[in-house]
Amino acid sequence: MIAEATRRSALAEYAERFSALYETVGGSLSIRELPFLAQVNLRVDASDAGVMRRLSDSLGLALPLTPNTTSVEEDRRALWLGPNEWLIVCPADQAGSLDQALRNGLAGAFSSIVDVSANRTVLEIRGVRARDLLAHGVPIDLDRRSFGANRCAQTLLAKAQVIIERKGDEPAFHVYVRSSFASYVADWLLDAAGTL
Amino acid sequence: MSRLPGGGRIDRARPVRFTFNGTSYRGFAGDTLASALLANDVRVVGTSLTYARPRGIFSAGIEEPNAVVQIGQEPMLRATQVELVDGLDAIGLSGKGRVSAEPDTGHFDKVYAHCEVLVVGGGRAGLTAALAAGQSGDRVLLVDEQAELGGRLLSAGWDDWLSATISQLGSMPDVRLFTRSTAFGFYDQNLVLIAQRIADGGRLWQVRARQVVLATGAHERPLIFSNNDRPGVMLAGAARTYINRYGVAPGTRAVIFTNNDSTQAVPADLVRAGISVEAVVDVRAGEAIVDTRASSASPSGGGQGGGALHSVVIAPRTGDGPHREVECDLLCVSGGFNPAVHLFSQAQGRLRYDDGLACFVPDGSIPGVDVVGAASGDLGGRGQGAIMPYWVISGNGTDWSTHFVDLERDVTVADVRRATGAGMRSVEHVKRFTTIGTGSDQGKTAGINESAIVATQLGQPVGAVGVTTFRPPYVPVSFALMAGRNQGSLFDPIRTTSIHPWHVARGAVFENVGQWKRPWYYPRHDEDMDAAVLRECHAARENVAVMDASTLGKVEIKGPDALEFLNRMYTNAFDTLKVGFCRYGLMCKADGMVFDDGVVMHLGDDRWLATTTTGGAAAVLDWMEEWLQTEWPELRVHLTSVTDHWADVAVVGPRSREVVRTLFPQLALDPESFPFMAIREGETGGIPVRLHRITFSGELAYELWTPSWYGLALWEAVIAAGEPLGITPYGTQTMHVLRAEKGYIICGQETDGTVTPQDLGMGWIVSKKKAFVGQRSHRRSDTARSDRKQLVGLLPVDGDQLLPEGAQLVLQADRSSGVTMIGHVTSSYRSAALGRSFALAMVRSGRERFGSTIYAPLNGHVVAAVVTEPIFYDKENARRDS
Repeated sequence: MIAEATRRSALAEYAERFSALYETVGGSLSIRELPFLAQVNLRVDASDAGVMRRLSDSLGLALPLTPNTTSVEEDRRALWLGPNEWLIVCPADQAGSLDQALRNGLAGAFSSIVDVSANRTVLEIRGVRARDLLAHGVPIDLDRRSFGANRCAQTLLAKAQVIIERKGDEPAFHVYVRSSFASYVADWLLDAAGTL
Repeated sequence: MSRLPGGGRIDRARPVRFTFNGTSYRGFAGDTLASALLANDVRVVGTSLTYARPRGIFSAGIEEPNAVVQIGQEPMLRATQVELVDGLDAIGLSGKGRVSAEPDTGHFDKVYAHCEVLVVGGGRAGLTAALAAGQSGDRVLLVDEQAELGGRLLSAGWDDWLSATISQLGSMPDVRLFTRSTAFGFYDQNLVLIAQRIADGGRLWQVRARQVVLATGAHERPLIFSNNDRPGVMLAGAARTYINRYGVAPGTRAVIFTNNDSTQAVPADLVRAGISVEAVVDVRAGEAIVDTRASSASPSGGGQGGGALHSVVIAPRTGDGPHREVECDLLCVSGGFNPAVHLFSQAQGRLRYDDGLACFVPDGSIPGVDVVGAASGDLGGRGQGAIMPYWVISGNGTDWSTHFVDLERDVTVADVRRATGAGMRSVEHVKRFTTIGTGSDQGKTAGINESAIVATQLGQPVGAVGVTTFRPPYVPVSFALMAGRNQGSLFDPIRTTSIHPWHVARGAVFENVGQWKRPWYYPRHDEDMDAAVLRECHAARENVAVMDASTLGKVEIKGPDALEFLNRMYTNAFDTLKVGFCRYGLMCKADGMVFDDGVVMHLGDDRWLATTTTGGAAAVLDWMEEWLQTEWPELRVHLTSVTDHWADVAVVGPRSREVVRTLFPQLALDPESFPFMAIREGETGGIPVRLHRITFSGELAYELWTPSWYGLALWEAVIAAGEPLGITPYGTQTMHVLRAEKGYIICGQETDGTVTPQDLGMGWIVSKKKAFVGQRSHRRSDTARSDRKQLVGLLPVDGDQLLPEGAQLVLQADRSSGVTMIGHVTSSYRSAALGRSFALAMVRSGRERFGSTIYAPLNGHVVAAVVTEPIFYDKENARRDS
C-alpha cells in the first residue's frame, strides 16, 4: 500500500480556493477535485459481439455503444469516447480488480488497455449554477434536454481539451482535464465564477 | 430647460448629475446622454469629421451618426445609447475618438448559450414572437439593444400592453429576456453573437439557436437637402421619442418635412410638448425644404453655416417658383423607413427593392430564420403609408457640397457625383471612394440613400443598383469584449508538470516551449544566465545533475502489428529491439524531411511506447493516426496518448549511478546488469518507477518515470539522495548545450522542414532494408545531391566570440566583391567542457569543408569560424557507460 502523502494530485493546492468559492456563491456552486481515480483507456472492436458480451460479463458493465453516453454500475463507469474507444473509471482501490476484469474479458481479442489514471484529473462541478459556470467556456449545450443523465462529450473548456460527463441526473458534472492543463482550467474556472 | 413638466419613462425621483465637455448638468435616471443634453438645451454636441461643422443630436438610437462622445477610455459612444448615470463625464467628439494606450480595466466575459428560439429585437413583433414561442415550452432567448424592452412602443403610448406582455414572458421559466444586448453578427448554423453591456464592461454571448426570429425593426432615413446637417435637424420619429419617452422638448418651434404618412402623428406630440408647428412640408404636396439657415447667436457661433438651425427655406420641390423662409429650431425629417435587414443579409438572405415601400426587404426565406414586423417590410406599425421616394432635393444654385449623405463621414452628394462622374457604377466602389457607410454607425441612415443617389445618377432603378454588403459587426465591438477573459495569465493555457511547484520555489527562470513552462535555468544568488548554465553544465559533466523531462510527448502503441507500424513510421527498424529495451528513432514526413525524433521503448510482446519532442507531441500523434486510419487501416494497432500520465526525472552525470543506487538499492546497476538503453522496473519509498538508461547529454544517465501524481515526490527523493553529492538541477538551456556538445540534433532547431536525415549526417539511422514514410523522397535528385546544406560544427577562431543563432555564413571575410550565403548557424553556446564557444550550423557541402574557415558577417564585424565535425565531446561515447 502506497503512503498517501507521497502522491500529490494535480490540483492539490486549489482545495482552499475551491472551498472559499463555495462560501462566496452561497452554496449554489461547488468545485472539488476527485483525485487519484483509476482510469483506463480501452480500445476494442465493438462489432465483435462475442468479445463485447464476454467483456460486459467480466466488467459487470455493458460498454455504451451510443456515441457520447456512459454506462454506470455501482462504482464503475464507462464513457464512450469513440466507436472503439472508452474511458473506464473506478475508485483507486479497485484499480487492480478493474485491470483483471478487463484482461479476463478481453483475453485474446485485439484490444488495448492503457492505464491513464494520472493522465487526467477530475473536477466535480456541482450545484444549480454549475451549468452557468461551464457555459462560460464550454461551447456545447449542457442543458438537461440535450445533455441529460448518462451523457458525456469530449469538448473544450476555454482552450483546454476536456471530457465532460453529467453525474447521473443531478446538476453536477465531472470534468476530466489533462494534468498539465489542470491549473489553467482551475484558474479559469475560478475567474469565471467571479462573474456569476 | 426643455424638460417637460410630466410624462416620459424617466424616473423623476432619481436625479442624476453628469458632465459634458466640462460643464455640469442634471438629468434623471432613465435618460440617455442625448435626452439629458436636449433637456439642458445643449444643441451642439460635436463637430463633423472633415468640415468641422457643428452637429447635434440627429436620432434617438443606434443609428446616430452625429452625437458621438468619448467617455473615459471608451471612444465613439453614441450619446443616444449612453445611459445616464451619476458622475458620467462625456466629451463630444469631432467624428473620431481617442484609443487609450492604457490597458482596459473593464470586466469582459464570454458565455455560450443554446436555445430553441432566439428572438432579436424586443419591440412589438419580437415580444409577440417570444410569447408564442414561450408557450410551447421551448427555451426562448429574446435580446434587445436598448435598456428597456419595447422598441418603438416605448415612444408610442403602449405602456399597458408592454408591461402585461413583459410580465407574462417573465413568468415563463424557459424564457430569458436580455436588454442592453445587441446581436451584431449572424454566422453559419444560426450562431448569433450578442454584445451585452454590463456595468464596468461587457459580455459576449455566443448563441446557437434552432430558430432565429429577426424582429429588428426599421430605421427611419432622412431626406437630403442643402445644409441638412445643422443641429436641430432630427429624424421625425426621434423627436417623438424625446417627447414621449424622455419627457423632453427637442425644440420650441418646429417644421415637419416628409414624404410619407408616418409624420401624421408628429404634430399632436409636438403640440402636447408645447412646441409650435410652423409648417408641414410634404413633397407629395409639391413642396420641399431646399435649404436651411443657422443662428448667428448659436453657442458655437460663426454666422451662416456655423451654428444651430434658425430657419428653413421652403420652395416648390422642382426648385422653381417662390421661396419662403420659416423660422424654427427643430426640423423633423422623415424620408421613409429602411427595414433593419443587416442580420438577415449576414445570414445570406437575399434582398429585393420594393417599389411600393421604397426600401429593400427580405427576398424569400432562409431555413431556420424568420423575419417579422418592420424588418420583414411590414411598415404598417411605422405608419409609413403612401410614400413618394424623393431622395435628393436640388438646392438653390447649389453645388451639392452641403447635401450631406453620410453625416458621420461628412460625405456629400457632391462626393457621390464625383464618384459616378469618374465612371464608378457599383455602390461598393462608390462606398470605398466616398467612405459612405464606413463610419462607426456603418451608414445606418446613409446607405440606402447612397444607392438611390447612385441610381439617380446612372438613370437606373434603385433595385438594379442594389445595396452594399451588410457585414458583421452591426455595431462596433471592442477588442476587449472579443478577448473576454482570455487575457493576461489566461491568454493561452499554461501547461505545467507535476514538479512545477518545486521549480517555482527554487527560483527557476522559465522558458515557454509551446504551451509548457519549462525551467530554463536555476540562477543562484546573483548569477546571470551564462554563469548559471556553465555551472549546471559542469555539474552534469563532472558530477550529477537532474532535469524535469516530463514534457516529452508519449504515445502508447499497442497491437499485433505495432512493430510493422513502427517500422513504417520511423526511418530505422525495430525488429531486433528486445522487450525491455529502448532505441532512438527518427521520423520523416512524406517529402523525406525530418519531422520528429524520440525514443521507442519495447514494453511487452505487442506493447510499445514512443516519446516525441515536447512541442511535437500532438502533431506526431495526429500524423500516426492519419496513416493508421487512412492508409493502413488493415494494421491492428491502437495509439493512446499518455503524455500527462508520466513524470520523467532525468538523473545525469558520472555520479548519477550513486544517486540511483541510493534510491533503488535492490536493483543491480552495473553496466552489465543494466546496460545502456535498457528498462527496469523499481520502487523507491513507495513510488513505482520505470527506469531507462537513456542519455541526451552523452553522460551516464537514467530517466526515471512515474505516474505524474508521484512526480514531485520522486523529484524530491532524487534531490535528497543526491544532496550529499551536490546534485544540481538544470534547465533547458543546459540541456541544449550538453546535447549540442555531443552533436545531438533538436528537431525544429537544426531542422526546419527542409532537412533530410542524410543532411544531418544521420544516414546511419535510415534503413535500406524496409520501407518507411519519406523513403522514396530520399531518392529524388534534389534530396540525393551532394551539395545540400549539411550539419557541421563551428568553432569560432576567437573562443570568446558567441555566434548568434540564425547568423548567415559566407566563404570570404572580404565583402567587397559580394558574398554568397552558404548556410546559417542553428545552435550556438558557450561550453564549460570545451572552455570556449561553439556552434552547430547547416552549411552547403558542409562535410567537404571540415578544417576550413568560414565567416559570419555581423553588424559591424566579421566572425571567423573553423568548420568541424558536428561533435565536440567524447566522440568515443565512453562516458555514457562510465
